Amino acid sequence: MNAVVFFVLAALTVAAALVVVTNRNPVYSALALVSTLALISCFFVFLEAYMVWALQLVVYAGAIVVLFLFVIMLLNVQSEERVMPGVGVVAMVAGGAGLLAILVAYGATRAPLAAFPAVPAGYGSPEHVARRLFTDFLVPFEITSLLLLVAIVGAVVLGKRQA
Amino acid sequence: MTVGLDVAIACGKAVFVILLVLQVMALGVFFERKVSAVIQDRIGANRASIFGFAGLGIVNTLVADPVKFLLKEDVTPAGADRFLHFMAPIMAVVPAVAAFAVIPFGDVLEVGGRTIELQAARLNVGVLYVLAMTALGVYGVVIAGWASNNRWSLLGGIRGSAQMISYEIAMGLALIGVVLTYGTLDLQAMVRQQGALVWGWLPAWGIFYQPLAFVLLLVAGVAESKRIPFDLPESESELVSGYFTEYSGAKHLMFMMTDFVEVVLVAALVTTFFFGGWQVPFLGREGFEIGGRLYAPPAAWLVVPLLQVTSFMLKVVFFTWFQIVVRWTLPRFRYDQLMRLGWQGLLPLGLVNVMATAAVILVWGGPA
Repeated sequence: MNAVVFFVLAALTVAAALVVVTNRNPVYSALALVSTLALISCFFVFLEAYMVWALQLVVYAGAIVVLFLFVIMLLNVQSEERVMPGVGVVAMVAGGAGLLAILVAYGATRAPLAAFPAVPAGYGSPEHVARRLFTDFLVPFEITSLLLLVAIVGAVVLGKRQA
Repeated sequence: MTVGLDVAIACGKAVFVILLVLQVMALGVFFERKVSAVIQDRIGANRASIFGFAGLGIVNTLVADPVKFLLKEDVTPAGADRFLHFMAPIMAVVPAVAAFAVIPFGDVLEVGGRTIELQAARLNVGVLYVLAMTALGVYGVVIAGWASNNRWSLLGGIRGSAQMISYEIAMGLALIGVVLTYGTLDLQAMVRQQGALVWGWLPAWGIFYQPLAFVLLLVAGVAESKRIPFDLPESESELVSGYFTEYSGAKHLMFMMTDFVEVVLVAALVTTFFFGGWQVPFLGREGFEIGGRLYAPPAAWLVVPLLQVTSFMLKVVFFTWFQIVVRWTLPRFRYDQLMRLGWQGLLPLGLVNVMATAAVILVWGGPA
């Protein structure tokens, strides 16, 4: 049951991700990106990581892609012309796919997945995540916050500059 | 067998919640008609004749309106993106209704040895889920504006997305204060905590702990539901109907329904966070506890949940009514005023509220 749902979801996710890169209309691409992110969030539900699931929806689907769409509409980006990919692109795609296949085949020969340790109770709950974030990972967390602040200040400076 | 029963109970609760929302929404439409009429010193719609019968006055109108919408021709403009034009109303209405899944409408119903939580889905991240659903509601507006291939619609869609993103931040900050107070993201647990009494007589409702967050959430919520004074995405005097200018028939009805469902959602959120949700003051699971004595009603297992659901409904209906009075009282903001209120008014106030709440809890400890 779980395996069937997993593979159906995985197929849908890959299909949506393909639409992101192949569709010529940027609005459709952005919507396909939302679908991809929402489908990925479903995997977190399977892992019972409800916190990550909700954050994925709030941050990516709810905020970031909305801004993408906003910019696409504000700039009135038109549909892209479809061009035939060059030899280099085809070679890169084929090489990447081959490498992925090798990695998957190698992974399949390794230890079975049942060898994972049991998850402790309350793992991934908001309390647990918050406790780790504000104790063990406090410094990286603060540095990330600072980075975001710098980015905001930079955006304001660029926005204020006379064109 | 038990699995089948569990599924049946879950489905039953989901259907109950949706019906509950639609009922309050219908009352909202009634208020919209009647409150606007009273405020404008009119009698209000009372002339709809259904097969020659107009005896029920405004009730006839309320029945005739949706039927009229459903029977109207559904036009898709020539230059529109047909697929997205079709999808946009669905993208608007589904998240608005789905957000009600985590809102508790009662404590527990104990029947036949089972304890049924009166909440469609109990999530330990309920607050985040509500934020996620309100955030997803933006897509319906933006896509409707874009897919209509109409300049009014596009302007409305862009205004809508900017407005909703801006006020989501204020909403989130208001909710952080609430979460700090209750120490949980689970809405049912929040409501249970509000059943306690302060000094033995005052219900421990959120409004007494977080008055500023209440104002912030209400203002941001009204802005999220895109109604006057925040109705710039539709503003009918400038943009015809904004993002849903090019919609007719049932799809137009779906957009109007989304607006009303969001009004009810804001009312339900305010009730849950600040007015004790389904709590009736002094009512415990056994019966009323006043001055240390228990006054148990007959058949308490059924009467107590019924009283709680009624209490929740009455509070939600009150805040729905309140928002409609606001809508018919205030003029529309200008766009720069809207942005200034969101970013320079609500956002700093929300930050101050979070810092003050955190400081108080650090020094004196939380209420729980």
